Amino acid sequence: MNFEEHAAKPLLRAAGIETPKGEIARSANAAAQVVESFGAAVVKAQVPTGKRGKAGGIALVSSPQEAQSEAARILQLQIGDHEVSSLLIEEQVGIEKEYYLAILNDSASKGPLLLFSSEGGMDIEEIAEAHPQALTRIELDIRSEPDLAFFKDRLPDVAEIGGDQLAELAHKLYGCYQTIDAELLEINPLVLTTKGSLMALDCKYTLDDSAIKRQPDLAEQGTPDKLTELEEKAKALNLKYIELDGNVGVLANGAGLTMTSMDAIRHYGGEPANFLEIGGESYRYGKEALELVLSKPGVKSLLVNFCGAFARTDVMTEGLIEAWETLKPEVPVFFTIHGTGEDEAIDMVRTRLGLDSYDVMDDAVKAAVEAAS
Amino acid sequence: MIIRGNESVLVQGITGKQGTFWSGHMRDYGTNIIGGVNPKKAGTQHMDLPVWGTAVDAAKEQAIDASILFIPPLGVKAAVLDAVEAGIRKIVVLTEHIPVQDVMYFVAAADEAGAKIIGPNTAGLVTTGESMVGFMPAFNERIFKKGSVGVISRSGSLGTLICLNLVQEGLGISSFVGIGGDPIIGTTTRDALEALDRDADTTAIALIGEIGGTMEEEASEYAQTMTKPIACFIAGSAAPAGKKMGHAGAIVMGSRGSFASKKSALEAAGVSVEATPSGVARFLKEASAS
Repeated sequence: MNFEEHAAKPLLRAAGIETPKGEIARSANAAAQVVESFGAAVVKAQVPTGKRGKAGGIALVSSPQEAQSEAARILQLQIGDHEVSSLLIEEQVGIEKEYYLAILNDSASKGPLLLFSSEGGMDIEEIAEAHPQALTRIELDIRSEPDLAFFKDRLPDVAEIGGDQLAELAHKLYGCYQTIDAELLEINPLVLTTKGSLMALDCKYTLDDSAIKRQPDLAEQGTPDKLTELEEKAKALNLKYIELDGNVGVLANGAGLTMTSMDAIRHYGGEPANFLEIGGESYRYGKEALELVLSKPGVKSLLVNFCGAFARTDVMTEGLIEAWETLKPEVPVFFTIHGTGEDEAIDMVRTRLGLDSYDVMDDAVKAAVEAAS
Repeated sequence: MIIRGNESVLVQGITGKQGTFWSGHMRDYGTNIIGGVNPKKAGTQHMDLPVWGTAVDAAKEQAIDASILFIPPLGVKAAVLDAVEAGIRKIVVLTEHIPVQDVMYFVAAADEAGAKIIGPNTAGLVTTGESMVGFMPAFNERIFKKGSVGVISRSGSLGTLICLNLVQEGLGISSFVGIGGDPIIGTTTRDALEALDRDADTTAIALIGEIGGTMEEEASEYAQTMTKPIACFIAGSAAPAGKKMGHAGAIVMGSRGSFASKKSALEAAGVSVEATPSGVARFLKEASAS
């Protein structure tokens, strides 16, 4: 789950990391009022995505009038998929130099990875590309409690930063990363102010979705993914549903098999319309799953691909057939069912729908693609 | 990470609904289950098996080679650390949605103790006709027939399909290694490949990968050194661009992780990358005939 800047920064402050003084404004008038008391300020669109600056979502202003007009402009913007509805107004800070600092969960080293670059202010992709020599990578063991000395030892000496400030900040950031179950906690830019102290000018924080259950209060501050109405419905049932542009509906269990069904549809010349995955504990929702897949307009045929390991194909199929008997859809459906519970499932499809289950997945996919074209 | 029929297996979370259901299946299959763990039911019997309060207590009375967990996400870290402390060397973690910082913690603890985590978010291990430690349909002979193809899969459902395809082509399976679908897992594709390469009962390998991460690329470095034929399918070539991939996560990998990157790395290592799962079975059938 992503957090907008205004929701992420208080977490840094709670960990003792300095950020500029700021306030939220939801209208141009409110923005002007804040600037009235701040003086020179930065107006920043609050959306859970990067590239705000490039999209025109950040403006430096020096007067309430300017704040008024810039805020009005930014509140009209759409950045990525997001309409701007709130602004963070912050006091301008005198900047000496910009850096990059982040901690993230790293698959390759199977632990936290700290990244620091003495070249900040641009995207980390650009830093890695343009200044690879300026990028420091520190692999951490999450079981250890690295102390200040550890960070002092591992971080490069940056001449212009006074004392142990950088190591202290990294130490605090690591503690914060653990406390808030971060998947990614990034300060970009981290700045050295003209007064000689380090400050987080921006913050990007992603909460590990699997940790939401033990971070309920924190999760309320985050921004849920933007979903379509049907995707929202699916999520409430713990089903994974994604809409695409083609005309073959896909209902399968398990992430791997669902992806494979889509790959096979494309391989045999078709395009998937959507896919719904009912694996794991949600295998009982066959009925709801069918309703969802068919409610998208433009689905011309349906592929049902079940391979039961943990998920029982008989349970999934029964729910699905019940829904079929209620909805009576006219869309042709092609079954291929294997694994746990297959005998009962295949028998049900035959006796109640008068259809056979394809022995080979490829044949079911070819038939579904043909029926849709 | 190949499970043998003589290896003793402890079930942590044996008394729950899934623990009971799958322990029954595993035992019927021939898995040497010696008992289970439930802190609240220590000293009782379940399915005619002893129940201990902890894996450490169990290990005081019995030699335990492997453990399988039917434990909800937030309880997994403590349960794995218990198994590690008990000296268990193979720990199969089926659970999905475990907080990633917990996973990093217990994977590091297991590594240090010389134990191997299989998973999380795996369907487990099967050695056909010998033992199943997981929830695969090993007892279904249309899907698991004894043979000499080793199967590596990140997904249980897709792994099931591959095994089915192999059997439909007249081949059989020596061992199935489900490595799990999470971003951070204990046993990697490369680890599994090395184990199957050393396994005398395995003469060919079906390697089933997925987009994301760099495990297939890393495995290809080892594949290059192998003489056993390998056929591969990478799921996700048609998947919509990942919503999930974090910003900084992407740079650490650079361009690695995409379907194209995996395909070219594997092909450069002499691995046949097939367009469909059935293509994997057909390739290995031809390889076995030549």
